[in-house]
Amino acid sequence: MASVNGMLLFQPLLDAKEPPSDTQQLPVIMSSAGAGYDALYYFIYWFSVVFFVGIVGAMLYFVWKYRRRKGVKAAPTKDSTKLELTWTIIPFFMIIVMFHVSFDFYIHNAVASENALEVRVRGQRWNWSFQYPNGEGEGSVLYLPVNKPVKLVMSSADVLHSFFIPAFRLKKDTVPGMYSQLAFTPTREGEAQVFCAEYCGAGEKPGSGGHYSMGAIIKVVSQAEYDKHMQEISGPGDKKPDEWGKELVQKSGCYTCHSVDGSAGTGPSYKGLFGRKENLSDGSSVDVDENYLRESILRPNAKVVKGFENGNMPPFVFTDAKLDAIIAYLKTVK
Amino acid sequence: MATVASPHSGTAAPDPHASYLAQKGFASWAFSLDHKRIGVMYLVAVLVSFLLGGIMAILVRLELLTPGRTIMDASTYNHVFSLHGVIMVFLFIIPSIPAAMGNIMMPVQLGTIDVAFPKLNLASFYIYCFGACFGLYSMIHGGVDTGWTFYTPYSSKFSNSAVIPMIGAAFIMGFSSILTGVNFIATVHKMRAKGLTWRRLPLFCWSLYATSIIQVLATPVLAITLLLLIFERVLHLGIFDPSMGGDPVLFEHFFWFYSHPAVYIMIVPAMGVVSELICTFSRRAPFGYFFIAMSSLGLALLGFLVWGHHLFVAGMSEYSTMVFSALTFLVGIPSGVKIFNWVATLYKGSIDLRSPMLYGLGFIFLFTIGGLTGLFLAMLAVDVHLHDTYFVVAHFHYVMVGGTVIAFVGGLHYWWPKFTGKMYDEGKARIAFALVFIGFNVTFMSQFVLGSRGMPRRYYDYLPEFTTLHQVSTVGSWILGVGFIVMLVMFIESLASGKKAPRNPWGSVALEWTTPSPLPLHNFIKPPVITKGPYDYHLATEEELSED
Repeated sequence: MASVNGMLLFQPLLDAKEPPSDTQQLPVIMSSAGAGYDALYYFIYWFSVVFFVGIVGAMLYFVWKYRRRKGVKAAPTKDSTKLELTWTIIPFFMIIVMFHVSFDFYIHNAVASENALEVRVRGQRWNWSFQYPNGEGEGSVLYLPVNKPVKLVMSSADVLHSFFIPAFRLKKDTVPGMYSQLAFTPTREGEAQVFCAEYCGAGEKPGSGGHYSMGAIIKVVSQAEYDKHMQEISGPGDKKPDEWGKELVQKSGCYTCHSVDGSAGTGPSYKGLFGRKENLSDGSSVDVDENYLRESILRPNAKVVKGFENGNMPPFVFTDAKLDAIIAYLKTVK
Repeated sequence: MATVASPHSGTAAPDPHASYLAQKGFASWAFSLDHKRIGVMYLVAVLVSFLLGGIMAILVRLELLTPGRTIMDASTYNHVFSLHGVIMVFLFIIPSIPAAMGNIMMPVQLGTIDVAFPKLNLASFYIYCFGACFGLYSMIHGGVDTGWTFYTPYSSKFSNSAVIPMIGAAFIMGFSSILTGVNFIATVHKMRAKGLTWRRLPLFCWSLYATSIIQVLATPVLAITLLLLIFERVLHLGIFDPSMGGDPVLFEHFFWFYSHPAVYIMIVPAMGVVSELICTFSRRAPFGYFFIAMSSLGLALLGFLVWGHHLFVAGMSEYSTMVFSALTFLVGIPSGVKIFNWVATLYKGSIDLRSPMLYGLGFIFLFTIGGLTGLFLAMLAVDVHLHDTYFVVAHFHYVMVGGTVIAFVGGLHYWWPKFTGKMYDEGKARIAFALVFIGFNVTFMSQFVLGSRGMPRRYYDYLPEFTTLHQVSTVGSWILGVGFIVMLVMFIESLASGKKAPRNPWGSVALEWTTPSPLPLHNFIKPPVITKGPYDYHLATEEELSED
């Protein structure tokens, strides 16, 4: 990490080759911000411990030393402006230092470097989907190459969410109607858990998911593995179209709302969907064919099936080849 | 303005020297303009709310005993934790110390017969009840699942729960809060006994005065915000809806512009109670009286300037976050001043560890933790990871429960003889304190670690790695619950068969202890003339200090 003015206090920790990992209070570090973060955290932690022990120690000592005894009266109180000013002014300088080191660290980590890998993140109830710079997307899993700066451009399709990666020590809300950003560099290969940290409700039916289940995994891999994965997701490889389609449906988190066993979730079940006649919320009906499926993926609210008006499915973006594969898969769910 | 004429209802003029509890019958309570009776009605209402909110808390903790489903489904869980928050914030903690305890004790501490506007006082109680009815209606019709923060667009477009009656409840109760604030400000300004100068004002009154200013200035903003939310939900106005050009983050700003000052509505009166406890049981004037009093006003003022720290990761500009981080740190200074002064008051005191004092010292212990963990969250960089995790849950429970509830309960023990004319069993009171103190720490200390290790808030389910800490926390909630049950039993026993309370069981020199227990109808046998401060133990005679 670049030497940050004001962070000199923590320089030894920042320079450490192997970042301290999985301490008692903090999870393993997998990003560039992690080591500096943990140093700041433990700095304020030990500061607090010292203050707490001082205050409560003095309190308990006085309670014992000046416990009520027969014939001993309390000494009259003599106010001391000097003392009052001391414990007003000294903390004032302490908070200036704390504010400075913390803001300094924050602002240096808020800016993405120019050659950062830009990934689009979309939050919707209750899953995350990702789109790589090559236009390919997937849900629930995000691959990132190790030691390469990343910029996440994030948005929400429905309510407030928050993209929280404890191992990266990062979090940012996603807000409908605007973009928010996160910048970081993954520094360690492995899997990092993503949570949603802004409350976003839950499905009415048991098992239909909710705020608590809105997770994802970030897989930090070598550049070679990342490149290999990019190739895999941009084409079917040696898979048949419907197998590829199934994989895409799974990765996009479609099963959160659509079942394959005929039970109604937040959206209609896929079972026997193709060829079925659906009644729509506007009173008309439609035969489910290739065009209806295509439209319902790209513009879900154009024709909503009766009874699913509250589903609020967000639009999904797929290439034609992928749409074909997904439709091929949906035809097989009988 | 109250006149010397009896502010009390009833046909036959009651004996002004008799206990305020002497009159019997429903009407003597329901139409009473006596600040003490209104205070007692508030006290019963907030205690019932506390019980209700407490049951919700126990249910939340029980559900989290095991990963996955323990006793309820996800949707029910969301309702239960939302109701816990709404009930505890709007029905219990905001009115707890000011409207219940302050109503009874402030006029007595001021040496006067009643608050400035007794009818307004009763009206504000009924408005509170009216609001509570809306809350009850909402609960019967499905409750709310939005959290107590009602964030848009979830609350305006997505939630299917009874959001409107619940918002209505908070909206209506806001008026009660404003009226109480106006009443208290007028009372402190105009109703002080002869000789009771501002420099002699008890610290509890100072804290209520500061609180009232916040209530009057901040609550209207909540009213506007909630009204806009109702319009948004019913009429689809679009102020907070991005698809109509609105901004959901605007709601967060509006909401916290009230709700952060509201945090000081909750904690500042508690600090006032603690100041009284520390002085009485150390038999010593507060160290730095002026600084303690002014730090209450300082907190009231700073409370208005820091709402943005709730939005550090909400997508505010980096420079707004910088300003709010800096301002938030400033809150630490008046809070620190209070703590240092309380500890300095103990120095060379004559300290008696009876149950109210245990709560006073418990407050210092717990509030110090609550305050110091606030520094973690004020530090921008550190907050990014901790925001919206269990760390925050633990932090505000250390302030709201470890601070306000502990002080509220301490005040209840302290003034109980004045309220009821009865003493309670000191042994049981200490057992209850020990259970509450230990249970509280077990419940919430574990949540700090849960949060810093990455457990987000408002989660129905969790990863297996968090199981142990969640279970420790749940067991803690049981200890805490048992502590409150022991306390409830102790107070009920006291009401049923407690010893008659003496005038001054703690040997305090404060004004309220010069008048009989329970308080007489007109508070004082004759209007007092104040010649010294409320904490002038060094001027007191042996007789004044004797516990009779």
